[in-house]
Amino acid sequence: MTAVALPAPVVEMIGVRRFFPGPPEVQAIRDVDLIIGQGEYLSIVGPSGSGKSTLLHLLGLLDNPTGGVYRLDGVDTMSLRERRRAVLRGERIGFVFQSFHLLDHRTVLENVALSMVYVGVPRRVRLARARVALERVGLAHRMEFAPTTLSGGERQRVAIARALVAEPSLLLADEPTGNLDSANAEAILAVFDELHHEGMTLAVITHDDHVSRRAQRQVRIVDGTLQW
Amino acid sequence: MRDLLDEALAGVAARPTRLILTTLGTVLGIAALVGTVGLGQTAAGQITQRFDLAAATRIVVQPEDKGGQEGEAATQLPWDAPERIQRLNGVDAAGTVSNLDIGDDLVRNVAGVNGGEGKALQVMAASAGLFDAVRGVLGTGRFFDAGHDQRGDKVVVLGKHAAERLGINRVDAQPAVFIGDEPYTVIGILESVTGRAELNDAVIMPNGTAKTAYDLESPDAVEIRTQVGAAQLIAGQAPIAIQPNDPSTLKVDAPPKQGAVRKGVESDLNALFLLLGAVALLVGGLGIANVTLLSVLERISEIGLRRALGAARRHVAIQFLVESVIVGFLGGLLGTAVGVLLTVGVSWVRDWTPILDNRLAFGSPLLGAFIGLVAGTYPAWKASAIQPITALRGT
Repeated sequence: MTAVALPAPVVEMIGVRRFFPGPPEVQAIRDVDLIIGQGEYLSIVGPSGSGKSTLLHLLGLLDNPTGGVYRLDGVDTMSLRERRRAVLRGERIGFVFQSFHLLDHRTVLENVALSMVYVGVPRRVRLARARVALERVGLAHRMEFAPTTLSGGERQRVAIARALVAEPSLLLADEPTGNLDSANAEAILAVFDELHHEGMTLAVITHDDHVSRRAQRQVRIVDGTLQW
Repeated sequence: MRDLLDEALAGVAARPTRLILTTLGTVLGIAALVGTVGLGQTAAGQITQRFDLAAATRIVVQPEDKGGQEGEAATQLPWDAPERIQRLNGVDAAGTVSNLDIGDDLVRNVAGVNGGEGKALQVMAASAGLFDAVRGVLGTGRFFDAGHDQRGDKVVVLGKHAAERLGINRVDAQPAVFIGDEPYTVIGILESVTGRAELNDAVIMPNGTAKTAYDLESPDAVEIRTQVGAAQLIAGQAPIAIQPNDPSTLKVDAPPKQGAVRKGVESDLNALFLLLGAVALLVGGLGIANVTLLSVLERISEIGLRRALGAARRHVAIQFLVESVIVGFLGGLLGTAVGVLLTVGVSWVRDWTPILDNRLAFGSPLLGAFIGLVAGTYPAWKASAIQPITALRGT
C-alpha cells in the first residue's frame, strides 16, 4: 500500500446498490465500493448475469443507483438532475460499445464530431478535433468514408476516436472486442495500452480473461458484488 | 440551435426514399387545397370577367317616373347630356336614345317587293354617340354623325331585324324608306348592339331630324359605356353632371358591384374544396405521425448513443420534432408547387387567367410545417422517454 497522496480519484463509489423492483426484486449490484484513480487502467471481468452491465451503466451515469454514494471527478452525482447528469456524461465520460453504435448515414468524421454536439463545442472546432482524434487512432485515410464500408476493427477505432475527442476523464468500454476477430481485438487492445501510457483513465468491462489481463488492475464481479 | 437543425436535417436526409413517401400525404393534401382554392378563385374570376364584358360597363340614365300619372316624367334630360357625361373621367362613350311616337304611320321600302308593303316598326331617335355607347357593329354603310344631327338630314340607320323585314340589305344604291309619307335615305344597317336590344328592330334617325319631324322635346335616356371598373363611380357622378340643380330626379341603372358577384360564387366553391383539402391533410398528418413513430423505434440505438454522448431528453425530443416539421414543410412546399402548377395548367388549357392568392401560396408550406409539428409531438415524446440503457444493450 502506498501512502503517497494520489490525485483525487476519477471514480469514487461507496456502498452503491442497484435493485430492480420486482416481483421478484433483483439485486443487480450490492454494496459496491470502487475507486478508480487518475490514469488507472482497470478491467471489470465477470460472467454474464453477474451485474457487470448494470455496473457499467451506473459508472456511465446512464442509470441511477438505488443507494450509496457515487462521485465522478469529485462531483456527487446522486443529487444531480437529469439535465445536469446528461451534461456531465457528455463531458466526462467516453463510451466504447461492443456493437460500435456508429450512425450509418454519416461519414466517419461526422460520427466522431457528433460526440461534441451536446457539449456545446462550435462546429469548426468539432471537425478539427475529430480529425486529430482520427489521426490518433490511425484512420486519417478513412475520414470521409461511410462506417458501413469499414472493417469491424476500423469501426471500433472510430468509436474510440469518438469517445476520446471530447477529452473525457474516463473511457468506459463495454466488451470492446466482443464483435472482433483476434487480430482486430489485439489492435484495439494495443490502442488501449497506448492511451494508458498517455495517462488516460480506462475502465474495460469484459467477460474475456485475455482482455482483462491487459489491464493494470483487475476486478472480478460475481453476483453483484466485487471481488479483488 | 444550429447544431440541432443540422442533426435533424441529416436525420431527414438519411432516408430519401422514405422522406418522399412520408411527404406524399402532405403533398397531396396541400396540393388539393392550393389547387382547388386556386381553381375556385380562377373560375370565379372568369365568371366575373364575363359579367364585365357584357354588362359591367353599361349605365343608363333616365328621368325618374313621376308618381301617379302614367308616362309623365319628373324632369327632362338636356340635349347636351352626352357632352356633359363625356367630360367625366372613366367614360368611353355616351349617347341619347328616344322612342318616337309616329301614330299609325307605317314604314315602307319604296323599291320593295309588292311596291313596298307597310310595316309597323319602332322609330327611334339617337345622338351620334349612341352607336359607340351601345358597342354597335355595322353590317354595312355608316352611322349618322353630328353633322346629320345638326342639319336635321332626312337619313336613317336600320336595325338588323328592321332591315330584314323591309327587305333592305345594301345601302350603296342609297335606298329610301317612307315613314308615313316622308322619305328617308338609309345610310347604314346595324349588325349588332349590346344592351339596348330594341335598336335591332328599330328605324333610327338623328335627334335633329326627330325634333323637326316629330317635335321631340327631350331624349328619353342616356346610354353610357364606361371603362372597366369605373361603372360604380360614374353611376354616382352622372346625375350630377347631367342635372346639377336636381340630380335626384334622375334614375340610374348601373351594374352590381363586382365584389358582390365574386364573393357569392367563391364561398360556394370554397366550402367544399376546403373540406376536401382538410381531409387530405388529416390523412397526410397521420402519415407523418406513423412514419416518425416507426423511425423512432428503428433508431432506438441512435437515440441511446446520443443520450450517452450527453444529449438530454429534451434534445432528443426536439430533434424528432424538428425532423417531422421539416418533413411537413417539404411536403407543404411540394404540394404548393403542384397545386400552383395544377391551377396554371388548367387555366392554360381553358384559356383562363390564373388567379392565386399570395397568402395561399406562401401560407401553405407553413401549414405543412404546422401539420408536421402536430404529427411529430407524440413520436418525439416517445423518443425522449427511451432509456439509454435499453437502447444501447441491443447489438
